[in-house]
Amino acid sequence: MTTEPAAQDVVRQTVPRGPRTPREPDDAGASLWRVAARRLRRNPGAIVGAVIVLLFVLVALLAPVLAPYGAGALPGRAEIRPTVIPGPSDAFPLGLDRYGADLLSQLIWGARASLLIGILSTVLGLLGGALLGLLAGAFGGWVDTVTMRLVDLMLSVPSLLLAVSVAAVIGQTPSAIIIAIGVVQVPIFARLLRGSMLAQRDQDYVLAASSLGLGRRTVVMSHILPNSLSPVIVQATLMLATAVIEAAALSFLGLGGGSPTSAEWGRMLTAAQNELEVAPRLAMWPGVCIAVTALGFTLFGEALREALDPKTRKR
Amino acid sequence: MTPVVSTGATPLLSLRDVEVTFTTEAGPATAARGVTFDVMPGETVAIVGESGSGKSTTAAAVIGLLAENGRVTAGRIVFDGQELVGQGTRAAAALRGREIGLVPQDPMSNLNPVLRVGAQIVEALEDNGVARGDAARRRAVELLEEAGLPDAARRAQQYPHEFSGGMRQRALIAMGLACRPRLLIADEPTSALDVTVQRTILDRLDVLTDQLGTAVLLITHDLGLAAERADRIVVMYRGEVVETGPALEILRTPQHEYTRRLLAAAPSLASRRIQLAKQHGTDDVDDLLAVSGGDPGTTTTPALSVVGAGDGTVTSSGPSGASAAGSPGDAGGLPDHIIEVAHVSKVFPIRGKGLFSRSTDFTAVDDVSFVIPRGQTVAIVGESGSGKSTVARMMLDLVKPTSGEIRFNGQPVGGADRAAETRFRRQVQPIFQDPYASLDPLYTIYRTIEEPLRAHGSASAAERRERVHQLMDDVALPSNLLRRYPAELSGGQRQRVAIARALALNPDLVVCDEAVSALDVIVQSQILHLLADLQHRLGLSYLFISHDLAVVRQIADHVCVMENGRIVEQGPADDVFDQPQQEYTQMLIDAIPGAGLELGLAG
Amino acid sequence: MARLVLRRLALLIPTLLGLSILLFLWVRALPGGPATALLGERATPEAVARINELYGFDRPILEQYVTWIGELVRGNFGVSTRTGVPVMEEFLARFPATIELTVVALLIAIGVGIPLGYVAARHQGRALDHGTVVLSLLGVTIPVFFLAFLLKYLFAVQLGWFPSAGRIDPSMIATHPTGFYVLDGLLTREWDASWDALLHLVLPAVALGSIPLAIIARITRASVIEVQGADYVRTARAKGLRPPRLRRRVVIRNAMLPVATTIGLQVGLLLSGAVLTETVFAFNGIGSFLAEAIFALDYAVLQGFILFVAVVYALANLAVDVSYGLIDPRMRAR
Repeated sequence: MTTEPAAQDVVRQTVPRGPRTPREPDDAGASLWRVAARRLRRNPGAIVGAVIVLLFVLVALLAPVLAPYGAGALPGRAEIRPTVIPGPSDAFPLGLDRYGADLLSQLIWGARASLLIGILSTVLGLLGGALLGLLAGAFGGWVDTVTMRLVDLMLSVPSLLLAVSVAAVIGQTPSAIIIAIGVVQVPIFARLLRGSMLAQRDQDYVLAASSLGLGRRTVVMSHILPNSLSPVIVQATLMLATAVIEAAALSFLGLGGGSPTSAEWGRMLTAAQNELEVAPRLAMWPGVCIAVTALGFTLFGEALREALDPKTRKR
Repeated sequence: MTPVVSTGATPLLSLRDVEVTFTTEAGPATAARGVTFDVMPGETVAIVGESGSGKSTTAAAVIGLLAENGRVTAGRIVFDGQELVGQGTRAAAALRGREIGLVPQDPMSNLNPVLRVGAQIVEALEDNGVARGDAARRRAVELLEEAGLPDAARRAQQYPHEFSGGMRQRALIAMGLACRPRLLIADEPTSALDVTVQRTILDRLDVLTDQLGTAVLLITHDLGLAAERADRIVVMYRGEVVETGPALEILRTPQHEYTRRLLAAAPSLASRRIQLAKQHGTDDVDDLLAVSGGDPGTTTTPALSVVGAGDGTVTSSGPSGASAAGSPGDAGGLPDHIIEVAHVSKVFPIRGKGLFSRSTDFTAVDDVSFVIPRGQTVAIVGESGSGKSTVARMMLDLVKPTSGEIRFNGQPVGGADRAAETRFRRQVQPIFQDPYASLDPLYTIYRTIEEPLRAHGSASAAERRERVHQLMDDVALPSNLLRRYPAELSGGQRQRVAIARALALNPDLVVCDEAVSALDVIVQSQILHLLADLQHRLGLSYLFISHDLAVVRQIADHVCVMENGRIVEQGPADDVFDQPQQEYTQMLIDAIPGAGLELGLAG
Repeated sequence: MARLVLRRLALLIPTLLGLSILLFLWVRALPGGPATALLGERATPEAVARINELYGFDRPILEQYVTWIGELVRGNFGVSTRTGVPVMEEFLARFPATIELTVVALLIAIGVGIPLGYVAARHQGRALDHGTVVLSLLGVTIPVFFLAFLLKYLFAVQLGWFPSAGRIDPSMIATHPTGFYVLDGLLTREWDASWDALLHLVLPAVALGSIPLAIIARITRASVIEVQGADYVRTARAKGLRPPRLRRRVVIRNAMLPVATTIGLQVGLLLSGAVLTETVFAFNGIGSFLAEAIFALDYAVLQGFILFVAVVYALANLAVDVSYGLIDPRMRAR
């Protein structure tokens, strides 16, 4: 294929055109983040997402108050028969599980475990990834090359397999799961932040800042980085959903550790696999909890993306 | 263009009190109202207006291609006796292509990127029932030839990305005229192109529509271009038609105040160097619809206190102080030329296409030499790709020359000395083209202007505050904007902020890289006057980079014309414009729209 | 075009080499080591030593790596420490099942996702569109193994429409020349075997395909909406193109570019999901085999599998780039 040397005679600033939507009057005195917050409040998806997330966070925080029984307690052990797992009753609003634990209590305590794993692993991935991305984006050159090669390597393995591999190495405990999921997120955040920083680096305001004689570090830290953060923050919100799901998947594969009665949604779902024909609700409830939590984070993250995107057309 | 070929009293297109409304988040917004004008068969009518004037909206309403949230909410649009408003989308759809053609604005985004150029014309011919199959393919090549595309048969087999901008625009013209429409809507057909290309394409369009007897509705922001190409002009302002009439009449005796100001602001060859520092109100043009006939242009003249050196502010300001700050001790011994550029070249390596192919060199700037006399303006003019922006970047020490030397105040630029670099940075400041991109969106205006003071600062917070307010005064911005963010300001206001930031450190040299190119003409004129005024008061030297000769005419003392990385001609502005020595310079001058016309109030 | 393919293949080599080193070191960092995994926690030191000698785990690490790579190049992925069968053989026996599953899942995802996204975009802002948006949200947020549960419970346990586990009815007597059960039935004209294998595929494939389906629908919708607003679409309308041609040649062709990229990215997701889905449906593929290998700390299998997946992943992405070049002329010049 040959290409003619094209576009020598073009490239002049495009002339502003088309009907401009009148600037929103209430945007006055508003920073990017304040505008975003205002847009979020008007987005039903954002509100639903935020309500879901807040609800689960509250449940997790107030678990000792809300849960009728302690984590891992087996108050109904006496009522369990090989073929009978009692359903909802006055004492046990959602019934018992195979070992005689109260399902509702387990779900409430499980919110604690699942959210903690999700949030901690995302924080880990975000910090690690942001650091790598910042190094690559700020220094460029060989630092960039080496970092991005490493990131490519990590991304050449599907995420769940990578998490499984990491969890297998560091042992099968909840903290291993946190690290495993966090490590998987590192290359994603690294690449995102680097790309975002590269896009900002050639902007005129960065050139202007350099021309003012600001040091390289100042330019990076007070201009490039702050302007590169919004896609990373959006991704982190969405990643919380993925982390909760992946945590469940890892413990579903048996990598979560802990006892068979520990309160954690993924583990509960795994155990329920054997009781599918006797008590399907044992699978239903933890599954719904995982899905709804993930939905909350996703809704909020998507709304945040829209709110921060300057290109989003107002509808 | 030939005079009106009106074959009778019936207009081909007739708009009566047309109103277009867009539904937005903030409620309905009227983009055009009461728009009334006629286009006679074979006639060329230009709608002139700034961005947001409703000119493109009007054109879109005629062809039935308003954005989804837009509707014609009142009035009548009659094409060849047929009412188009309220007829559903079918009526307009039946006319599109066959009766009404369109040449859109931006050649880069208006061709289907995944289809060969020829095929894109063929499909228009087929769907409008003009020709099919082989006949259509042959016709497509003819049409491309007709539009002035060389080697059309081969070009028809290529994809849009293999075309230059000018070639794409020719393809779009071929497309718009493919089915021989009786009306062609040309929406800023050349505003994205270099002037020389612009001229040949408009000439071609003129010849074609003349031969075919096609009526043209030309949408443009450029009054000179409209005057040169159209029989009649419709001036639009804020959604309304403020004036309609024969082109020359409007130029000579504009009736409406807005038209007068547009004419006064429009740069042309007739303009001369802005000598006098006179203030032109604020950016946001007062509502001329309300005060039609009045003269708001000369209302406000803010008290311009020239703040001299040593009045207690951060650094010693004013011309003498600024220079002295640069090289203390030998203020008297500074060279006459603030900048001396000697045999500077810049070569960029271009990565090869294949895996093992070697990289080739691209010489962006080739052996360029010039000087900037202290306190004067040197302009570098050239088309895209001429290397003028690379010169600007080298002048700012953002790009290192491959060879040659740039001396600032007698000292070589880009030395290893950290202190010298800091000194250089404070004395040379840039103003970039796009005021939307040159301000950090996360910084308030206050922070933006304060930043250089803080960075180089020995000043206290109170001193910085005082200096920021003073700078806002200097660029005629109200200080209540200080707490705003760039997104909340108009283009002109942002450019003023960029100027204030550039002036914060009392620089000696300001590098303006297409600093007014993205602005509407009236705002552009205000900024040019502001720059001239500041130069006068602060003794600044400017390096002014532009593609627009008419603008350069207004601001430059000396002009360097660049082509393909070389300076082909340089000299005092009057000489270069009045007696160009080089053919290329002459060509650039001839290509300025309206070059041959004497604009009514200009000068 | 050919140059693009060659260059990408050449780039694959350093990636795989780097990955092999990481993998090799990683597997050796596993706690306990394979001998312990094989023999249990209470294995005698002598037994461990014997196993280590047998599999070469006692040699210098560089030597082990060189040996391993040398064997890899010749197609020898080593011997599974758990089953004693060559890894390649284990793969070949199970791989067709996974391919069958993922290909059907991907076909479902593409076949439903693209039309769904397109129709939603054409009806932007209406009920159908909102429905699609909600559906695609759910598709992404419901864990694949939970969906597998739901499907299994509803359609296998409750309604009994589909079998709940396995690849084929154990009582079905059929020959399997290729290992692709559906294909085998067609080849050997054992129609009922083909049909039965297909029935076994439905639930796992739907479960596995749910996430890619949701993502593809979403991207298609967004892409079509964006293209519909593009300048060249407006210009195409201005020149009088009729709607069918406008949709086919302008909107769809341009909107498919990001969709093609997205499909390529789904391969990794599918392989991850296969591990979970196969476990739920006791589908004897590579995914469930891997899950078992993790517990047994089966070095050879883990290394081989991950390397193998990386190759598949890379090739899938290459295929996407090539197809990208076919629809986007701008890419061909590269």
